[in-house]
Amino acid sequence: MAAQSATASCSGLRSALPLLAPAYLWLTVAIFLPLSAMVFFSFMTDLPLTGKPWAFTLGNYAAFFSQSLYLTLLLASLRLGLEVTLWCIVIGYPAAYVLAKVLKGRSREAIFLLVILPFWSNGLVRIFSWAMVLREGGILDTALNAVLPFKINIDLMYSYPAVIIGLVHSYVPYMVLTCYLTLQAIDDSLIEAGRSLGASRLQVLKRVIIPLSMPGLVAGAALIFVPVVGSFMEPRILGGRTGTFYGTVIEDQFVAVFNWPLGAALSFILLAVVLVILALASPVLRRAA
Amino acid sequence: MAGVQVSNVSRSFGAHKALDDVSIDFADGGFYALLGPSGSGKTTLLRQIAGFDFPDTGRISIGGESVERVPVEKRRIGMVFQNYALFPNMSVADNVAFGLSVRGEAKAMIAAEVQRALDLVQLGKLGGRRPHQLSGGQRQRVALARAIVTKPRVLLLDEPLGALDKALRVDMQIELKRIQREIGITTIFVTHDQEEALTMSDRIGILRDGRLVQEGPPEEIYDRPKSEFAATFLGDANIFRGDSTGNGIRLPDGTAIAAGAGDRLAAGAKASCAVRPERIRIGIDAGALDGDANMLKGQVSKRIFAGNNSTYFVERAGQTLKVIVQNTGADRLAEGQDVVLRWSPESTVLIATS
Ligand SMILES: Nc1ncnc2c1ncn2[C@@H]1O[C@H](COP(=O)(O)OP(=O)(O)OP(=O)(O)O)[C@@H](O)[C@H]1O
Ligand SMILES: [Mg+2]
Repeated sequence: MAAQSATASCSGLRSALPLLAPAYLWLTVAIFLPLSAMVFFSFMTDLPLTGKPWAFTLGNYAAFFSQSLYLTLLLASLRLGLEVTLWCIVIGYPAAYVLAKVLKGRSREAIFLLVILPFWSNGLVRIFSWAMVLREGGILDTALNAVLPFKINIDLMYSYPAVIIGLVHSYVPYMVLTCYLTLQAIDDSLIEAGRSLGASRLQVLKRVIIPLSMPGLVAGAALIFVPVVGSFMEPRILGGRTGTFYGTVIEDQFVAVFNWPLGAALSFILLAVVLVILALASPVLRRAA
Repeated sequence: MAGVQVSNVSRSFGAHKALDDVSIDFADGGFYALLGPSGSGKTTLLRQIAGFDFPDTGRISIGGESVERVPVEKRRIGMVFQNYALFPNMSVADNVAFGLSVRGEAKAMIAAEVQRALDLVQLGKLGGRRPHQLSGGQRQRVALARAIVTKPRVLLLDEPLGALDKALRVDMQIELKRIQREIGITTIFVTHDQEEALTMSDRIGILRDGRLVQEGPPEEIYDRPKSEFAATFLGDANIFRGDSTGNGIRLPDGTAIAAGAGDRLAAGAKASCAVRPERIRIGIDAGALDGDANMLKGQVSKRIFAGNNSTYFVERAGQTLKVIVQNTGADRLAEGQDVVLRWSPESTVLIATS
């Protein structure tokens, strides 16, 4: 029986090979080769491109452990990733639910478009528009002061909340999309069946809808958490001096300090940490799903 | 347990009247079949009773209490959906346990009740399976067990057997009926299979375009349909149209047909007569078929042999009549044969044409 299924999957693989080949070719060229080059760099004292003499070293990795700053920044970035992911769930899941289960027809299309609009706008444009909204005397400040009877001073610019707002805005569409897809696939009759069995709306949500949409939540969380931990654009522009995170330090190594080997080493440490976190989380999430 | 009263319920979707002034009294403990063509409002009516949707006008009460302001989860109904709607993220036992566990019953009590319900539908050993590991008939039984384990007052079934093949369907019909008798629950069963409605229910309601066309015990609807639609929708019927003579009709060619059942109508009004194909006797000459008052001559255009019976299609004055004859081994009539048809007035239902 086992042998039979093994041969079956084997022949399935063989027939799938022509279909998979383009994807693997692309992955090799676009990801594997540059990544191997980076692995190589991360063990060097200096870039060979500069013409200076270079040698192999573990020093770049050692740097991470010898300076507590890197660990502090990594933890700050992980916390940022966690917070942004949570906010994306809090905002994105209800939106996805309303889109998938409450709205019908044209209004659904219109709202859907609004939700995924940030996807289509340029990242820098997006961030600078937030800067205009959040700064003192900016749109939010002016608008609130026009409406409220008392004077308040809103200057969120260059603060941690500004970074969170910018990142959540950039990444919430992922959560909406992945959750929308799984929620959409849940038959309305399951909800009605739950209600007819005496469950309140909240109980149906807890026992039927959330478990069934867990794959979408998990996929969305992974899609958001990983890039946010390494993000640098939003922290730099919206966070200003408070916006120093692990991602901005890596970016500095590449664009400002030109210490590519250190930047590469820091990136791989981040990759390893993220992979470990996902690996640790996956059994828990799989059980929940 | 409780009966259900639907009084003057109407429900429109835009300009379309899905239910139009429907009143039905579903008796306590009865098995009621709602029958009607696609789009006639059967599901809509069931949804009003369940509380998934609300009537524009009219009243629904369960167990004598109006349920106008009672949400679905408080109505204490059990519902079996056409697609079963089992929770794919739960085992069979957890599916059945759902209703009890949201109520917060004790674990031991839930386990015992779930086992009892699964035993009742003869799935006692499959509690650990997932819904996708079950056959269609098994899923249907899980859905039934899940709906009855909470001891609902009313059981609503929306074409629960629609997805099953003929043999399994018949098995499930028997089983459903057995369970219904065993727990004595008021059951409302939607189907568009007329045979299913006839064999299973003790009352039938026929819906058409959102209106209740006729309702009553199966025998009554079959033997005394009140409209051409009811006559042809539930079973087969030969329909003759003509002018009323008070206790029958006169066909356009002058032939009189006597009717012993159905309405008494004023002479001269437009009317029709319905005759079931199995009530008509067929023979080569009138002498062999004496006795019955109604007689027509025609010619066999087609014969369909079905083993225990044969259906003859007889052409007469531009109309094709259907006659079903039990296979008694007697002479069979050939296609093209001139024949005589006879049947009694008692088998003829007079229907007012609106
Ligand atoms: N939510 C809705 N919005 C608009 N129209 C609806 C809605 N629900 C039902 N209808 C319409 O009401 C009519 C009755 O529908 P219903 O589902 O009750 O029919 P049915 O008798 O159950 O038919 P079937 O045998 O095909 O299931 C149909 O014409 C349908 O298009
Ligand atoms: Mg229906």
